Amino acid sequence: MTATGSSGAAHPMVQAQGVHKHFGRLEVLKGVDLEVAPRDVFCLIGPSGSGKSTFLRCINHLEKISAGRLSVDGELVGYRQQGDKLYELRDREVCQKRQEIGMVFQHFNLFPHMTALGNVMAAPVRVRKEAKAVVHERATRLLDRVGLHDKADCYPAQLSGGQQQRVAIARALAMEPKLMLFDEPTSALDPELVGEVLDVMRDLAAEGMTMIVVTHEMGFAREVGDALVFMDEGVVVEAGTPRDVINNPQHERTKGFLSKVL
Amino acid sequence: MADPLPAERGEAEAIKAIPVRHPGRWVAAAIILVLAAQLLHWVVTDSALQWGVVGQYLFNSQILTGVENTIKLTIIAMVMGAVLGIGLAVMRLSKNPIVSGVAWIYIWFFRGTPVLVQLIFWFNLPSVLRSVSLGIPFGPSWFHTDPKDLITQLIAVCLGLGLNEAAYMAEIARAGILSVDEGQVEAASALGMTRLLAMRRIVLPQAMRVIIPPTGNETISMLKTTSLAVFVAYNELLGAATNVYSRTYQIIPLLLTASIWYLFMTSVLTIGQYYLERHYARGALRELPLTPLQKLRLLGQRNPGGAAPT
Repeated sequence: MTATGSSGAAHPMVQAQGVHKHFGRLEVLKGVDLEVAPRDVFCLIGPSGSGKSTFLRCINHLEKISAGRLSVDGELVGYRQQGDKLYELRDREVCQKRQEIGMVFQHFNLFPHMTALGNVMAAPVRVRKEAKAVVHERATRLLDRVGLHDKADCYPAQLSGGQQQRVAIARALAMEPKLMLFDEPTSALDPELVGEVLDVMRDLAAEGMTMIVVTHEMGFAREVGDALVFMDEGVVVEAGTPRDVINNPQHERTKGFLSKVL
Repeated sequence: MADPLPAERGEAEAIKAIPVRHPGRWVAAAIILVLAAQLLHWVVTDSALQWGVVGQYLFNSQILTGVENTIKLTIIAMVMGAVLGIGLAVMRLSKNPIVSGVAWIYIWFFRGTPVLVQLIFWFNLPSVLRSVSLGIPFGPSWFHTDPKDLITQLIAVCLGLGLNEAAYMAEIARAGILSVDEGQVEAASALGMTRLLAMRRIVLPQAMRVIIPPTGNETISMLKTTSLAVFVAYNELLGAATNVYSRTYQIIPLLLTASIWYLFMTSVLTIGQYYLERHYARGALRELPLTPLQKLRLLGQRNPGGAAPT
């Protein structure tokens, strides 16, 4: 089954064909096929253990896929094809590609020994070797954009969960990615802090960022999402526009899941 | 001093109960104080300790040279231990079984044999080696030297202490690295950092918080372990004291002199460790605890002349 985003561009940002992943004997992904169009907000839902987070982590090669083809912006993830042979990419090349893909984690994973500003500046300065002054200016602008310009000098431990997650989004944006991955960005937050993070993501979507969002926030998926995929037991069960899938699910498993979360 | 009681301000009545008495505490304190006074009296008045001699040698140039050498040895051995140790820790965590195996064997060997044995071993090695050469393994060599020139007395001591220390530091550093959440490396990789960069900029600075306290402990321990160098006739603090008392037979006062210097140096290290730990606690605590100095200053501000705030 193939899920195509609503904008239906010829050149997908992410394309997965028969993606498999197993950890030892445990098969987590059993052939995932999907396409994410540029500028789309692509939502992934499903019960825990369905493989949605694993799939997300395959996209920036934090996990190696075991079979199938996975490409970002027309280039294979983690490999280079020459003729009919696949060559594994060197660490340096993998790192190079990851710079173009931002990732936001469930538990924020901010660097606790750096201030909010330090977190945002770390990668551009250390990885891309950009001039500090340039990065400082951009980082300040990004913190301003997520509404945290007055928290620039705070350490993560001094920030609330919602504020930490917004810093984490700014940190990912500092590398000017063409694709953003969100791994349950609001699942670890107190209910009253979820809104501020979703607001930032909504703004980002409005500006045309391509986003893949693993989430349990059905309201956000319905309102902001361009495409929605329901995954279960390592396969895509159902795909379509969020409105169709949520309001009119075709499969029993989708119905069962939605009845529990809605 | 006393704040006006809430009751006096027309609030709920404060509790005025008779506190529980603890006579046992008073008895224990009295016994301890008497014993301590007795000890102090003995220390101060007994002529066997010869405090006059201690004062005479405390700043003796021979003793001061010993102090200097002890500090030098401690620094060299600890720097060697820390650098090698962190390298060994990273090696032990390597995915390459040969690399991690070599680190494991190193630690096994150097932790498993007494440091004094290693010290004497390095000291005597030059006399059994015929020559040391540098070149292609099992092939031709370009550089020959007499091992006696290569391993001087100082180098033998540093090798003995430093290589041994590296084994302990490796375990401390490994514990530190493992204490850092896996998500940190993941976040760093997702931003495009290489493993090495993530280790240097993200993992090690956080590992420091776990590494520093036991390292401070090791440094204090090393400061005293340098006294083993007396066995290979190196002139550190204890060696210097020994040299003096072997001439004058004033054994006790010279050991006291050395002890005073050891205590002074370990005290300085303890203070240094406190501030170093505080530095690396940044980010881990919401508020850094006040330093003793800051506490004193605050106390002075809060209570000028003991007047109660109203």
